[in-house]
Amino acid sequence: MCWSLRDGLRDSLVAAAPYGGPIALLREPLRRSPSSRPQLEIYSASGVGIASFPWKSGPVVHLGWTVSDELLCIQEDGSVLIYDLFGSFKRHFSMGQEVVQSQVLEAKVFHSPYGTGVAIVTGSSRFTLATNIDDLKLRRLPEVPGNTCLLFRFSGILSGFSWSLFRFSCILLGFFWSLFRFSQILSGFSWVKLQVLVESCSGSTPLQQDPCVLIGELDGVRIISSTNQELLQEVPLVCQDIFKIASMAPGALLLEAHREYEVTCLLACAWRVSKCLVLQAASFGKCFLTDFSPDQFVSTCRELRVLNAVRESSVGLPLTHAQFKQMTLQVLIDRLVYRQFYPLAIEICRYLKIPDYQGVSRVLKHWASCKVQQKDLSDEAIARAVCVKVGDSPGVSYSDIAAKAYECGRTELAIKLLDFEARSGEQVPLLLKMKRSQLALSKAVESGDTDLVYTVVNYLKNEMNRGDFFMTLRNQPVALSLYRQFCKLQEQETLKDLYNQDDNHQELANYYVTASYKEKRLESRLSLLQSAVDEYNKAKNEFAAKATMEALLALGLHKQAEQLYRDFRVPDKRYWWLKLKSLAEKEEWEELEKFSKSKKSPIGYLAFVEVCIKCNNKYEAKKYVSKVTPEQKVKAHLAVSDLEGAADAAIERRNEAEMGAVLSRCSASDRLVIDRLNRARAGAAKK
Amino acid sequence: MAAHLSYGRVNLNILREAARKELREFLDKCAGSKAIVWDEYLTGPFGLIAQYSLLKEHEVEKMFTLKSGRLPSADVKNIIFFVRPRLELMDIIAENVFSEDKHHSSRDFHILFVPRRSMLCEQRLKEQGVLGSFINIDEYILDLIPYDGDLLSMEYESAFRECYLENDQTSLYHTAKGLMTLQALYGTIPQIYGKGDCARHVANMMLRMKREFAGTQNQILPVFDTLLLLDRNVDLLTPLATQLTYEGLIDEIYGINNGYVKLPPEKFAQKKQGEASKDLPTEPKKLQLNSAEELYAEIRDKNFNAVGAALSKKAKIISAAFEERHNAKTVGEIKQFVSQLPHMQAARSSLANHTSIAELIKDITTSEAFFDNLTVEQEFMTGVDTDKVNTYIEDCIAQKDPLIKILRLVCMQSVCNNGLKQKVLDYYKREILQTYGYEHILTLNNLEKGGLLKPQTSSRNNYPTIRKTLKLWMEDANEQNPNDISYVYSGYAPLSIRLTQVLARPGWRSIEEVLKMLPGPHFEERQQLPSGLHKKRQQGENRTTLVFFLGGVTYAEIAALRFLSQMEDSGMEYIIATTKLVNGTTWIKSLMDRPESQMT
Repeated sequence: MCWSLRDGLRDSLVAAAPYGGPIALLREPLRRSPSSRPQLEIYSASGVGIASFPWKSGPVVHLGWTVSDELLCIQEDGSVLIYDLFGSFKRHFSMGQEVVQSQVLEAKVFHSPYGTGVAIVTGSSRFTLATNIDDLKLRRLPEVPGNTCLLFRFSGILSGFSWSLFRFSCILLGFFWSLFRFSQILSGFSWVKLQVLVESCSGSTPLQQDPCVLIGELDGVRIISSTNQELLQEVPLVCQDIFKIASMAPGALLLEAHREYEVTCLLACAWRVSKCLVLQAASFGKCFLTDFSPDQFVSTCRELRVLNAVRESSVGLPLTHAQFKQMTLQVLIDRLVYRQFYPLAIEICRYLKIPDYQGVSRVLKHWASCKVQQKDLSDEAIARAVCVKVGDSPGVSYSDIAAKAYECGRTELAIKLLDFEARSGEQVPLLLKMKRSQLALSKAVESGDTDLVYTVVNYLKNEMNRGDFFMTLRNQPVALSLYRQFCKLQEQETLKDLYNQDDNHQELANYYVTASYKEKRLESRLSLLQSAVDEYNKAKNEFAAKATMEALLALGLHKQAEQLYRDFRVPDKRYWWLKLKSLAEKEEWEELEKFSKSKKSPIGYLAFVEVCIKCNNKYEAKKYVSKVTPEQKVKAHLAVSDLEGAADAAIERRNEAEMGAVLSRCSASDRLVIDRLNRARAGAAKK
Repeated sequence: MAAHLSYGRVNLNILREAARKELREFLDKCAGSKAIVWDEYLTGPFGLIAQYSLLKEHEVEKMFTLKSGRLPSADVKNIIFFVRPRLELMDIIAENVFSEDKHHSSRDFHILFVPRRSMLCEQRLKEQGVLGSFINIDEYILDLIPYDGDLLSMEYESAFRECYLENDQTSLYHTAKGLMTLQALYGTIPQIYGKGDCARHVANMMLRMKREFAGTQNQILPVFDTLLLLDRNVDLLTPLATQLTYEGLIDEIYGINNGYVKLPPEKFAQKKQGEASKDLPTEPKKLQLNSAEELYAEIRDKNFNAVGAALSKKAKIISAAFEERHNAKTVGEIKQFVSQLPHMQAARSSLANHTSIAELIKDITTSEAFFDNLTVEQEFMTGVDTDKVNTYIEDCIAQKDPLIKILRLVCMQSVCNNGLKQKVLDYYKREILQTYGYEHILTLNNLEKGGLLKPQTSSRNNYPTIRKTLKLWMEDANEQNPNDISYVYSGYAPLSIRLTQVLARPGWRSIEEVLKMLPGPHFEERQQLPSGLHKKRQQGENRTTLVFFLGGVTYAEIAALRFLSQMEDSGMEYIIATTKLVNGTTWIKSLMDRPESQMT
């Protein structure tokens, strides 16, 4: 042990965490004078001091560690104070109000599948239990008659592995008490047996000169004294076998060893502290077994190297292989990280080839979270250091680190760190939380995720006054147009305000047009259209202004269509088409004829023929055939089904395509026409 | 069922299976019997992923359409809403949930957002006080839907409008996400090319998202060599032109929706002997169109003028096959004949269907109106009289032809003239407003904003330069045995596809000048591949390019790309992806504003 304790472990409360965990030491816990307070010291398992501070709270009855290396100090008045490994206070809870009166006589900390629990027995012989201190539920057991202290001493141990039995009642407790008297019966649980054994030994025939503390481990008992730390273990069967064999004729036996033996060898060497010998033997034996996969051998060797490394006194995590297997590599790394042995943790991750996600990245994340709390460094320096170390490591979330920085009140640093975050989905909410809404908005826009933009916009809308809100949007065109979309569907009035603010007269005019069509009352429709006209004018959109004006007039005045069209400069052509169609539809044939003669038709006369045919009046149609231009003659004749006329026209024009067109309309009964056309075509072909 | 997806160069069935797996997982999360309440818009796209049978296997017993008021009663444990993340839909859901509580209290509610959950919508549900009623709120990431063996579509109708009129780039975010999903399944695409503002934006987001996944390297051997992102506004002309391929015409005339077309039933009446065809079916005939149908795969991309010949050739082959039965003498031969019978019968009914469709289309393509329209289109595309008011358009307006037809033509003239003279533009606009109603001023404003209709600003019209450099007009387009992509529009080679073609060979550097005339930046990005994933190309092995049309693609453009894939010396195979399959009509429609329709 590295420590040098002046008074040994005498008069001290000592607690050590399992799995080679730290040791807590409280000297003279019952000293109450304010002038000299008891000192609470925390050491690593190898005795390196981690923390030390005077105990200012009430008298402590018991110390204990949780599975996650937190120190529990149980006071006389039933309150439990929780400290972390570095001696900083985390929180506290109480074991019940009535304990303040009756005082804690004895307390135990125990571990079960439910977590870490605390059990106390009070001066009024009552048991109180909390099965899991992270999810505090107090259980009070009925009073127990008799020697509660002794009983409790044992029950605390028991509950560690057999909580369910314990909770039956004090009757069962009594039963176990009687079992304890014949402790041999309990041989099923080797470490309990050992601890009991050692404990009773230290009472009668001491193994050690000093007072010592015993800590039950998974596969043995740690014995801590002021100078030494030892691990007492039962020798497993595999080892007994090997060493028996080895003592006889190691080389020869190895040579004959089969596969089964090989495996045994490995298991055994993992257990033993003096393992070089066995490892060499295993390595030697391996050579003779061709079908034996070396993977297991290699991984065991690697794990042993790791265990050796963490066993170094500077690190101080003395673990056996079995404990290591039980606690898993993940937890080991967590513990190293917790003790801030970052380089070692990273080296182990790399050495054991753990995927980055679970290994190096996790360590880096913790390192960075710790780094941002260093108050003596500037924001820039920290941000740079974090960026250089973490880089693009997968699975390290800059926003998590930034959140940590923000928690510690370093907002500027958090923003700097967030800049490295690639996932905007993580970046934006945190920025909002830090009230950096402008930045959040620009990051959201950058991401392209419109839902994210909407989220920020929605947030801003509720946080800011309207003027500021609009101004903010104005600087972010993408956000502004998205908000417009939102308003189009949800808040028409706001839309108008937005356009107004931007002096966007064109859109404002469009808005009025849309609104006017939604309006049922004529008056309102007209006034909205008038607004549209004004806005189109302001937008210098002459055409639209004029067109809207006309629409306004048409809507308001119910003018005669013809008058309107004259007013609105309807082109002649369309006017003729309209009149032609409407007269034909109304079957006003005389009017139509008069109209056709009013002046030269700008749309020609084929239109007249076709429209009449459409209205099923062949007689009227024929009237206009003669007026049609020569190019359209054939079409006109065909339209009124005058094949001969069509043939004449086509032959006259010597147009082969037209002759073909006429031919395709002829049926067998039109022999004469067909002959004529064919002759004409042949004639044309000769030329 | 979806085997045709796996026949192509890239097995798109992997994507479909991934989507189906996710759907099943979500359904299983809601244990017990279920009813699905559908956002109606989603049923089409979902049909491409899963049929009702899949839902049924996972205890979906009822399906409803989302509408306000009370939910129909159904004796199920779970009610699941399948919705797009839209606020108005949230209000309806809230109404549903409220009226529900009084009647049944034991039904569990769930929401599945497609394609992504939205904080805004959840906020709205919270404000409405129903957020707590939902047991599961999840998202179903359905960005790119496998549409055919070489075609992916997001079925996102309003993408073009949102991007260019409303400056809302949500669709581009989904595009980038979809491409990330695609890369997760088919490997990182090492090269990205693009042209246009939206393309640039998508590429930027992709690179950014890749950084978010930093460290988790994609270990899949890349299937795609290149990604080409093209903005629709780089080529506004192509969708305006009437498509002349078989599939394109079906879409132009009848409209293909989510792979289905509805046809007038008369031609498909089953004429059985003895039964007089008195009662003709009145329901439209619904047909699924994709490459699973052998005949359709063969003729879909042909110029319509070549379809007749192909159909009659097929008819001869089929009837010859049926004639075989007379030659079948031995039992073995008969048995063999019978075993082929189902396949032959399927081929025969497929032939009958397509002969009917071809007849329907022929009635239209041989009409004078169709011919006149096409003539004017081709005049514009060749640059004839694009600077004057066109008499045909004038006449059409006067006769009050469908507005969309007019808008297509006017926009086309504007695009082919790089904008119209103010006088000409105002004339058209006035004609349109006075004929079709003043309210269309909003639509006209939209078209101007989208760049489809614009006043000429610079004195130079650069369209002729673009046309000549990219050879957009080919005089001697061979419709029967095409040797150039121009066959799909009987002379006009789609600009977008020419850009794709030039990129493959000789490269865009050769057309730098033209690229500068087209809107938006052009760019190239490379994505690092993990070592060991660099493809060792076999001699003569084709490269694969994914062409992504942002804002829509037409069937004719797809046909042109398929033609390029099949050309022997092209060395390139194309997979097509888009936000939505469009044609001129649906595209213009998506840009129209009808205030009166909001009145109800």
